[in-house]
Amino acid sequence: MEAPPGGPSPWRKHGVTFGFLLPAVVFLTAWVIYPAIKTFYRSLYSDRGDEFVWFDNYTALFSDERVVTAMKNNAIWVAVVPAGVTALGLVFAVLTERVRWAVAFKFAVFMPLAISLFAVGVIWRIMYEKDPDSGVVNALIASGRDAVKEPGVLPTAKPSSEAVTGTPKGGIRLEETVEPGGTAFIGLTAIPPRDMPESAKQAVEPEAREGGITGVVWRDFKPGGGTPGEVETEELGIPRVTVELRSSAGGKIAEAKTEDDGTFVFEGVEGGQYEVVVGSATFANPFGGVSWLGEKLITPALLIAYLWASAGFAMVVIGAGLAAISRDVLEAARTDGATEWQVFRRVTIPLLAPVLTVVFVTQIIGVLKVFDIVLSLAPEASRDNATVIALEMWEKSFAGQNRFGFGSAISMFLFALFIPFLILNIRRFRAENG
Amino acid sequence: MATAVAPTRAQPVVIEESVATRALRVLARAPVHIVLIVIALLWLLPTLGLFFTSLLQPEDLGEGGWWQVFSEPSKLTFENYRTMVGNEGITSALITTAWITTGATILPIMVAALAGYAFAWLEFPGRDWIFLGVIALLLVPLQMALIPIFQLYNATGLYDTILGLILFHSAFALPFAIFLLRNFFAGIPKDLMEAARIDGASEMRIFFRLILPLGLPAVASLGIFQVLFVWNDLLVGLVLAQDNQPIQPAIASQLRQFGANLEVIAPASFFSAIIPLAIFLAFQRYFVQGLLAGSVK
Repeated sequence: MEAPPGGPSPWRKHGVTFGFLLPAVVFLTAWVIYPAIKTFYRSLYSDRGDEFVWFDNYTALFSDERVVTAMKNNAIWVAVVPAGVTALGLVFAVLTERVRWAVAFKFAVFMPLAISLFAVGVIWRIMYEKDPDSGVVNALIASGRDAVKEPGVLPTAKPSSEAVTGTPKGGIRLEETVEPGGTAFIGLTAIPPRDMPESAKQAVEPEAREGGITGVVWRDFKPGGGTPGEVETEELGIPRVTVELRSSAGGKIAEAKTEDDGTFVFEGVEGGQYEVVVGSATFANPFGGVSWLGEKLITPALLIAYLWASAGFAMVVIGAGLAAISRDVLEAARTDGATEWQVFRRVTIPLLAPVLTVVFVTQIIGVLKVFDIVLSLAPEASRDNATVIALEMWEKSFAGQNRFGFGSAISMFLFALFIPFLILNIRRFRAENG
Repeated sequence: MATAVAPTRAQPVVIEESVATRALRVLARAPVHIVLIVIALLWLLPTLGLFFTSLLQPEDLGEGGWWQVFSEPSKLTFENYRTMVGNEGITSALITTAWITTGATILPIMVAALAGYAFAWLEFPGRDWIFLGVIALLLVPLQMALIPIFQLYNATGLYDTILGLILFHSAFALPFAIFLLRNFFAGIPKDLMEAARIDGASEMRIFFRLILPLGLPAVASLGIFQVLFVWNDLLVGLVLAQDNQPIQPAIASQLRQFGANLEVIAPASFFSAIIPLAIFLAFQRYFVQGLLAGSVK
């Protein structure tokens, strides 16, 4: 660190030093230090800059609804992301430690780090698409749900003739009651071809059966016209429809499912009058998708996307830390009879503590400044709920509002959040360098 | 998690391992491999989604998710990219970004290398205090400069110019660059320096002939960081440029109609990610070194 003795005269030496430092000093003064001081100064003036308002801009921060939301959101970010990223990184680093193809895994997880957070927002906007037919996240949820609960087949169907009445909500039923030995023709229309189950076959007229009620549920629509209420060629039966048999009092007596040709049978029905109803479950709307980008879920959605983008950073840094831990120390602990979990908990984690701290602190600093991903992932309709401090600073100052006094106060607030880390950094440096 | 790793760790060296125990060991670790494969696929999925989305025509996108390409690969087309190449706004933004990135990578590294050398090897009054100041500047968010620089640029004609953006990015890259290079240079053996000085080499000569070549690994990791940072910047470009916008703000201006503009947004986003990805892949080693060397930015 000390310069060697001898060398050129002090004057010349300082001249040289000056030459080496000058460009950096000019840059830092003109683009960082002077503007930062100016920002503080500016924050004490009104938005138009013509009136000294003391700390009014600062008190205004806390009465601006969006700025307050932004502060709360940043708090959520700080609470979730550093811990989440560090935990994910630790898990990934430990899991891959003894795996041969770790390089490939690490690449997959690390790659998003090279992509701009703006593009990460675009990527996840496609992932979060509300319609399960176009958004992966909702498609996964939908397939999980369908495995548990069978979706309705006919969300949009309507009665095809006057013989059938009702609404999808209450169930569609035959106008007239049916008695044993009778048949029920339930014709439905307004079913788009793509909603028809693939297994559907030509509808068949049901045969009357003694002591039972038979019927057919079919798509009563023939290209080029046809007679409503009649089963004709080219008209398909609707499979897997739940048909209920209700007593005239309204109670459900039996339930049947239609075949591929649309027919169904109720056997052994006692004498009396019955209503034949296609139950409302058949018309249930399929899963419409979680509105990830809506007002309620936008912040969790952002956090997930950010975790996806940042986990690789933690994994690599923690992985390097793990690799640096001496095998001897771990072996010694094992020889002393410690279980693997104890070794991990009592030896590995404490030895990793400095690395974990670095990852954690780096992530706090990152999320305090978060901006790009919010701008690209949150649609304008949910910005009020998704907003963060850096976004407010930009919107209030530049996105057409030109509120430079207020914007400067937001910048100062952001800077204030960094001061603890600034002090920490300086302390750490001084400790390391005597 | 560690418990899953336990079996192999508990027996460090097994010299003669029968086929049976070996098979058992592999089997015991199968769950770890399966979990890792699932995670890796989950992590690749979003980027793949953007890629396939960018290869689908708007009318196909209207019909369903990008995974339709698996059942109907014939729908894949580079049409969107062909349109993008003809889109003046996007191509000129890419060229602008390339210029800004080049300038804002080379310039701050040069300036920081000079200063880093001074802080590491030259004696001058107040050296450690000034360096402490540089460390403090590491944590000044660039939001602190946006409003005054915006006004200054408007007054001096630097607004909406490539030079203006280069200068801004360079300045905010300096604290980290000086910090990193100073630490790296300080690690150069003292004997080497003294030998050069005794030989009568000037400081300039020492800097260019000794320090810079030895510092190349640090310069490389710094360079990659800066390329990624500048190429991926949205905020500075958004504030300090309008007609000469770099690529990220240029895509951002299409966001208002996300669904309707997806055939522009998706290929442009993917293409803009390809460049940093390629650089990252090519220089991954330096990137990781830099990551480990300078943890706080």
